Amino acid sequence: MSAPVLQMHNITKTFPGVLANDDVSFDVHAGEVHTLLGENGAGKSTLMKILFGLYQPDSGQILLRGQQANITSPTDAIEKRVGMVHQHFMLVPTLTVAENVALGLPSSRGLRTDLDAVSERIASISEQYGLSVDPGVEIWKLSVGERQRVEIIKALYRDAELLVLDEPTAVLTPQEVDDLFVILRQMTAADTAIIFISHKLHEVMELSDRITVLRNGRVTGHTTPAETSRQQLADLMVGREVKLAPDKPPVDLGLVRLKLRGVTVKGDRGTIAVDNVDLDVHAGEILGVAGVSGNGQRELAETIAGLRPAEAGSVQLDDTDLSKANPAQSRAAGLSYVPEERMKDGAVGEFDVSENLLLINHGEKRFLRNGLFNFDAIKSHCQQLVDDFAVKTPSLSTPTSSLSGGNIQKVIMARELESSPAVLVAAQPTRGVDIGAAEYIHSQLVKQRSDGVAIVMISEDLDEVLGLADRIAVMFEGRIVKIVDRENATKDQLGLAMAGAG
Amino acid sequence: MKRLVGASVPLLAALVAFLFGAIMILALGENPLSGLAAMFDGAFGTGDRIAATAVRAVPLLLVGAGITIAFRANVINIGGEGQIIAGALLSTVVALTIPDTPKIILLPLVILGGLIGGAIWGAIPGVLKAYASVNEILSTIMLNIVAVQLMNYLLRGPMIDPIEVDGSRIPQTERLTDNAALPTLIEGTRLHLGVPIAILAAIIVYIILWRTPLGFRLRAVGHNPDAARAAGISVERNIVKALAMSGALSGLAGVTLVFGSESLRMVTDGGSAGFTGSAGFNGIVAALFGALHPLWTIPSSFLFGALLTGATELQRELQIPNALAISLNGLIVLFVVSSDKVREWLARRLDSSTGQPINEPPSADSPPDQVATTSSGNDPETVA
Repeated sequence: MSAPVLQMHNITKTFPGVLANDDVSFDVHAGEVHTLLGENGAGKSTLMKILFGLYQPDSGQILLRGQQANITSPTDAIEKRVGMVHQHFMLVPTLTVAENVALGLPSSRGLRTDLDAVSERIASISEQYGLSVDPGVEIWKLSVGERQRVEIIKALYRDAELLVLDEPTAVLTPQEVDDLFVILRQMTAADTAIIFISHKLHEVMELSDRITVLRNGRVTGHTTPAETSRQQLADLMVGREVKLAPDKPPVDLGLVRLKLRGVTVKGDRGTIAVDNVDLDVHAGEILGVAGVSGNGQRELAETIAGLRPAEAGSVQLDDTDLSKANPAQSRAAGLSYVPEERMKDGAVGEFDVSENLLLINHGEKRFLRNGLFNFDAIKSHCQQLVDDFAVKTPSLSTPTSSLSGGNIQKVIMARELESSPAVLVAAQPTRGVDIGAAEYIHSQLVKQRSDGVAIVMISEDLDEVLGLADRIAVMFEGRIVKIVDRENATKDQLGLAMAGAG
Repeated sequence: MKRLVGASVPLLAALVAFLFGAIMILALGENPLSGLAAMFDGAFGTGDRIAATAVRAVPLLLVGAGITIAFRANVINIGGEGQIIAGALLSTVVALTIPDTPKIILLPLVILGGLIGGAIWGAIPGVLKAYASVNEILSTIMLNIVAVQLMNYLLRGPMIDPIEVDGSRIPQTERLTDNAALPTLIEGTRLHLGVPIAILAAIIVYIILWRTPLGFRLRAVGHNPDAARAAGISVERNIVKALAMSGALSGLAGVTLVFGSESLRMVTDGGSAGFTGSAGFNGIVAALFGALHPLWTIPSSFLFGALLTGATELQRELQIPNALAISLNGLIVLFVVSSDKVREWLARRLDSSTGQPINEPPSADSPPDQVATTSSGNDPETVA
């Protein structure tokens, strides 16, 4: 066997107070997918930044094709035939595919661009790997999956032998993920080496040839899908036994607490985003709303929360009509809302942890003395919530934006559940959240269910929906196209419904 | 270390501005040191001059404290001039309408009139912004002009001093009742009740912003209106409140300008500066120099008050035009505002010299010690 395309030997990198990489070693051979698996903060990104010359390691060495390599910058890395597909695409929307690929490349025509030649080569790369991308089309016209393929083409165009994909499936629909995996397999068949960064266990099991698990900057395991299981990988990632699917005690179905009739809502662009939706959510039930992002789930959640007026139809919580309610009125009626975008709609980043915990109920008498904040009462209240919800924060006065996504989500959950709501709308409750935190958030949802809360859980993650929901509604193009009991639901059938074919 | 740098930058900026001032005095053929000495003497030389400095600081402090409220709610209020005039007009109307009311009742009513006048003038752009998305920078500036013309009309017509009707028609009110005058605190100086009122107002602003639910909501709306709205806080109502409160404080500044003056009347020269002394703009400067914090705005306002009174002495002793003080004023703003960039740059330098990675969203905005303490959940792991 020839030398691996990449070997990273005993890489150690420290930042003040943080050991980001501790004696990390791994290698990638041509034609294989090597997965780096780990939670946020495990050191995957630091390792990749070292590979791209953004950081220099404190010790350890990098070998490319068996040769000692000193990578000084991303440009240097690209010249050494290492390519990267970022999670956030680096494309100019108003330019064509060919123009984006040509950006930064020397042209054979001097100062003028040489798009014909570029287009030709894109077409041949596209054909070779089944990427099906038209070089002449502007980026803004492309779907997210197609844009990602343009990023891959950019790397291949620069003759990458090693391609790093940073959480590539985070933005894709299940169908697009399948397509991506087919493309990646074609690339490995053509001897490209791939580093796949992910924390989605089922994808890792499906795609990888080898897996390296990182935790707190250290390698906690080298393995292959044949030798391991999702459970074992999760345990390696978190460092203890993890419950992937929460235990759900049986709960007697209560009365209908949230009732939607004929709800029709316009989206941001003025088109119908939610189309004539009827839903009943009972006390003690988790209704999972599955669907590919952008099919009206966000608008539906915002309408229930009073943030987006309905064009038609009614929203009723217990006996209160919330059709024309504002957020304050919805909350007063017993609604809690965990928004999809936690840093935009959920938390005030500049506020400290205790201020975010008080975002809703800061005006209550128990926090005031003579009209001024009673900081003793506030502190003990917030400390209680931080302890109850296992929020990892150095202090209550830490700016919320400096916490990890999972901990910010716990702060929001703590705040929303503190009021013992009648109805909880949780949109993408664990998106981008560590396994450990996700496990905790799931257990809290189940606990609320046991307490008789009617829960609407919107999620794109079918595993999450199948693991938690009692009933599953699938949204497609603004309509509920399918609604089934959990026992009768299968993943394939839901996936088809999500694609509009159910 | 970094915090120390952050605090010293505005002072450094002031120092550099004074250095430029010294160069300008030199260019005018005078000794910069004696110029600075004259300014210092003019501002602090005698008890009376200290009192004059304090009185000059009062409208700056009131406007500046109002600016900090607006800023915390992320609205920009350039309408101080108009709000001062609106407050002065309404309080003057009160004093003209019921001149014979005893002082103990009239003075609070006059002050209330000023607060309400300014609040209305601030609430108008607030409503326009909140419910019609009208940019508040434009609308507050426009309302300055409207207020000036309103003042000119009223002082030339309905509110003109009866003596002037058949006389030289100077646009001014009659001398207002002594029952409404702000009491002098130290006999023989101009130090009046406005000084403690302004300091108290700044302290109250601080308490409102950080110790009450109202201030909490204003700050939440200022930092992240989306999250505030989702949490049930009315963004629109709080924008209106922020501008109304900001305007009310400027209106109070208008009260001090009329009822703390020796002439005890409202006079216009046709523009706004003739009445306000540009306090509506200089108050913004004072607030900026005070790092947009109501308590820091107190010393900052007194500094600018000293600058203004010092300039008078500079003019008297060395015949240097007091326009110099105005340019010093501008220079300080220039340096303070650009020092934000310097501060960022210094912070980044300090970061990289301690090995703290740059380009990291969590650490670039927060001091390194914070990042270190949140290590377990949040280490350098974001971009890759």
